Amino acid sequence: MNRGIPINIIRFILLVLVQVLVFNRLNFFGFINPMVYIMFLYWYPIKEKRAVFIGLSFLLGLSVDFLSDTMAIHAAATTTIAYLRPAIMRFVFGINYEFQSFKLSNTTKAQQFTFLALLILVHHSVYFSMEIFSIANLLLIVKKVLSNGLASLILCLLFSTLFSVKKE
Amino acid sequence: MQQIINFIIRYKNLLLYILLMIISLAFTIQSHSYHQSRFFNSSSWVAGNIYGFSHSFNTYFDLDDENERLLKENERLRNKLFNTTTSPSVEVDSSLRYTVISGQVIKNSYADPRNYITINRGENDSISQDMGVITDLGILGIVENTSNKFATVQSILNTKSNINAKIKNTNHFGSLIWDTKTYNTVQLIDIPRLVPLNIGDTIVTGAMSSIFPENIPIGTIKKFDLDISKSFYKIDVNLFNDMTNIKNVYIIKNLDRKEILDLEEATSNE
Repeated sequence: MNRGIPINIIRFILLVLVQVLVFNRLNFFGFINPMVYIMFLYWYPIKEKRAVFIGLSFLLGLSVDFLSDTMAIHAAATTTIAYLRPAIMRFVFGINYEFQSFKLSNTTKAQQFTFLALLILVHHSVYFSMEIFSIANLLLIVKKVLSNGLASLILCLLFSTLFSVKKE
Repeated sequence: MQQIINFIIRYKNLLLYILLMIISLAFTIQSHSYHQSRFFNSSSWVAGNIYGFSHSFNTYFDLDDENERLLKENERLRNKLFNTTTSPSVEVDSSLRYTVISGQVIKNSYADPRNYITINRGENDSISQDMGVITDLGILGIVENTSNKFATVQSILNTKSNINAKIKNTNHFGSLIWDTKTYNTVQLIDIPRLVPLNIGDTIVTGAMSSIFPENIPIGTIKKFDLDISKSFYKIDVNLFNDMTNIKNVYIIKNLDRKEILDLEEATSNE
């Protein structure tokens, strides 16, 4: 995986910059800001060490926090999906994702879609619960998770098609 | 001992996750109760320069609009200047209470429950914590963190914001807070029931604050209701400022602030 390291570093930096300089300023309908940096976790190689992956995700979230004055909310949400990613993958792709020959590009479109949607759903649930921080506003949390989640999903799907790993 | 090590090795991912989660929760909760952590805000050198860089591109796109706004403001100030009869002695008044420093917004946010604005003035321009920030239309927020070249401003669209405000031409004052619902409305609470109110009345800053001068415009009354206790009003205030479109700001330094705070502290310690 020597080739993977520089690609992931560049991806890390570009996604953080795109997130804070473009998508955090979108404010569609006044409150919708899609979070595209989740794509880092979607693209990250599966067979790498898990501890490194969780640490990197924490750093990714923290970098976004650092640039958008949100304390450490992004970091918490991103660490959560990094930790849960193997469980989500087992749920979506079945047991065969653990095989050596498994590649994200070999799976069906529906599987990729479900995988991405679950990542976004968990991430946004954690993020907005921590941002609003009160059970009394449960309805507001649900509203924000759904509307922002939909926007993130659409943009992430566009990203995944636009920058898809070349078909083999 | 062997078992403990085995346990740690076996659950190292879970333990790592829990550790990182506790770190992020600690940062978040700590800043819920007090000023933001020194390291996690966009007044830092790295973040300030990234936003400053993108700001230097963005400014070109609305130069026309900004010029128009500044021209309007100059026109209004000149109108005021020519129509006031000032004696020369007033102009050399030595009892200066406020100094004003101009600055520009390099990062704005208004969609979160706690919004912060980053400006391109910092300690080098003698900006320090708890200075008021206004635009030509009305108030914007209070300086929260500073670095050498940048500062973050706690916007009035922030659940932690609490600013003394009053109804224009009266002395009934209350607190200005934000319920996070919409970015063009804030709430004024603790105005007693006996105060006569009208929709459209102007709300301005009060004299109780050692941060803002008195009578800086905030907004107009949109609607008002009695709160749960039935003895105070809860007023929705339409902001004069368009919080989504802010470029040039003025930072106000109250030269008497230290003296006021020292005096208040001495009094409360007695």
